[in-house]
Amino acid sequence: MAERVLEIRGLEVTFRRGEERIRAVAGVDLTLAAGEALALIGESGSGKSVTLRQVLRLDPERTTEVAGSVRVGGEEVGRLDRRGLRRLRGGRVGMVFQEPLLALDPVYTVGQQIVEAIRAHEPVSRAEARARALELFRLVHVPSPDRRLDAYPHELSGGLRQRAMIALALACRPQLLLADEPTTALDATVQIQVLLLLRELQERLGLAILFVTHDIGAAVEIADRIAVIYAGRIVEEGPVRAVIRSPLHPYTRGLLASRTEGALVKGRRIAAIPGSPPDLARPPPGCAFAPRCSLAVEACRRSVPRLEPFAPGHAVRCLRAPEWAASAA
Amino acid sequence: MLRYTFNRVLYALPIMLGVSLVCFLLVHIAPGDPLVSVLPPDATEALRRQMAELYGFDRSLPEQFLRWLARAATGDLGTSIATARPVAAEVARAVGNTVTLAAFATLIGFTLGAIFGFVAGYFRDSPLDRLASALAVLGVSVPHYWLGMVLVIIFSAQLGWLPATGAGPGGSTEWVWDWEHFRHLILPAVTMSVIPMGIVARTLRALVAEILSQEFVMGLRARGLSEFAVFRHVVKNAAPTALAVMGLQLGYLLGGSILIETVFSWPGTGFLLNAAIFQRDLPLLQGTILVLALFFVVLNLLVDVVQTALDPRIRRA
Ligand SMILES: Nc1ncnc2c1ncn2[C@@H]1O[C@H](COP(=O)(O)OP(=O)(O)OP(=O)(O)O)[C@@H](O)[C@H]1O
Ligand SMILES: [Mg+2]
Repeated sequence: MAERVLEIRGLEVTFRRGEERIRAVAGVDLTLAAGEALALIGESGSGKSVTLRQVLRLDPERTTEVAGSVRVGGEEVGRLDRRGLRRLRGGRVGMVFQEPLLALDPVYTVGQQIVEAIRAHEPVSRAEARARALELFRLVHVPSPDRRLDAYPHELSGGLRQRAMIALALACRPQLLLADEPTTALDATVQIQVLLLLRELQERLGLAILFVTHDIGAAVEIADRIAVIYAGRIVEEGPVRAVIRSPLHPYTRGLLASRTEGALVKGRRIAAIPGSPPDLARPPPGCAFAPRCSLAVEACRRSVPRLEPFAPGHAVRCLRAPEWAASAA
Repeated sequence: MLRYTFNRVLYALPIMLGVSLVCFLLVHIAPGDPLVSVLPPDATEALRRQMAELYGFDRSLPEQFLRWLARAATGDLGTSIATARPVAAEVARAVGNTVTLAAFATLIGFTLGAIFGFVAGYFRDSPLDRLASALAVLGVSVPHYWLGMVLVIIFSAQLGWLPATGAGPGGSTEWVWDWEHFRHLILPAVTMSVIPMGIVARTLRALVAEILSQEFVMGLRARGLSEFAVFRHVVKNAAPTALAVMGLQLGYLLGGSILIETVFSWPGTGFLLNAAIFQRDLPLLQGTILVLALFFVVLNLLVDVVQTALDPRIRRA
């Protein structure tokens, strides 16, 4: 296996809000090799964004408790000091947000923001940084890049804005790109273009991509592997083909079934699965999906199942999976 | 942008004309005979008529207005009834004194207000925030004439450190930049700075907190920018709104404060206005009000133009 760019082990994230403690991530394990693309899918509120943000430790320290380990290029992120963290953010890891209009500073031009990001990491002149920004805009296929660099975010179309955001994330040649629903805010045709761009960049730059999506079609389009997250835990993880063709977790099957009834819409409940996700402030003792699962037995409600390898590279967190797969085969 | 500025100036002209008319009418509609204050109680009817003719009070209102407007346009605001000096000169000197006071009060108020506002907004709900917010609330809710009197009692009457009234030694009304005059400036300026301090602090606190809650701030951190660089972004985002609020506050201060100038006998426009009202000095009253009103029109114009120039979302729209 190639070099590991990202390795998350037993990540747990708890937010304190007044008296309440919200366990947004309850044990996530993920590994990403260089040049690999992993899609993280799951319902709204399942902890996808929180997982992504933890790679860069972006949540406010005062109200966030973090356990487990996040390593980028072998380096433990939790142990980095302020300077180390700054070098990591935007340096070795770039991040793309869902809504570029909200994620870019409205009163700086996109060019200024790229130049600033480059100069925050490398001792180059303004002119050099500007030349690199222009290069980046060509890389992400922005038409008339010179003129567009001087545009403010609100002056660009949604698709161009997201391209600018991607260019910004790539400004310091990161090995890893985090993308939180990079296409959700875009029109359908533009979505496809941005997905194609991400795949092209992955191939050309050897970029590892961890991206969150609600859209299984998008996952199939650019990912090598898929991880399914439910209530803050990975419930299934494997190569795209394996997960799509022979899903092992009842939740994954529900997700895939809902796809045939139309795209997964952010915030909307999944029709094929009755019930709703557990309250993260009071998680159930056993499998978090058990209350909604038609296959659940007593044992499922007692303790949380482990994520067990099932086939090569394909793991599942379900007590009933072996049994069920055998009967289906 | 140029076109916008030009249009904005063009719109201001009819407003100025309207403002002049209102100034003129307000003073004339007020009951009472303007000549009462200059004529002895037993003046003859002939003398009365002669004086009225001299000041133009015998003509019809529209005629008086047009003549007054025509002369005002050339900078001649008439003659003060009480002092027999040109109104324009009286107003100019008062404006000078008020500007000096306002400039110093602004310096204090904006500096403290900006510091309190940023600290409170950055560390919201911390003890620091509570302290800064409490000071800001105090600033806007304490009646400033009362504060002025308290300061006078402490620093003039009790401690004897600073003079209580006037703009300079020996009742001088002409401002000079020296320590003797500056001592006179301190108490009224501090008193006056309290309100803009409170308002600027409260506005900035809400503004900074709102900006910090926006997603782009996390975007900036995700790019590895230093906290100082993030702060710079916050400042630039806050600038248009902050400057608009500060501009208006500066405007209010430049307009002079009747209360503060009266408490401290500061010879500015507020003091002059007060004197003109009590002496029923119509030309002086009209002239002072007109200058102040026109000043506010121009101020609003400036605030609009500057705010537009600073905000790219409006500028290029
Ligand atoms: N800063 C925070 N403070 C408190 N709770 C938070 C915070 N950030 C996230 N949460 C909570 O953590 C849970 C997971 O949130 P997260 O944003 O990771 O969901 P998501 O999977 O990205 O959902 P979506 O698809 O809607 O973006 C949610 O219940 C959310 O309310
Ligand atoms: Mg999310």
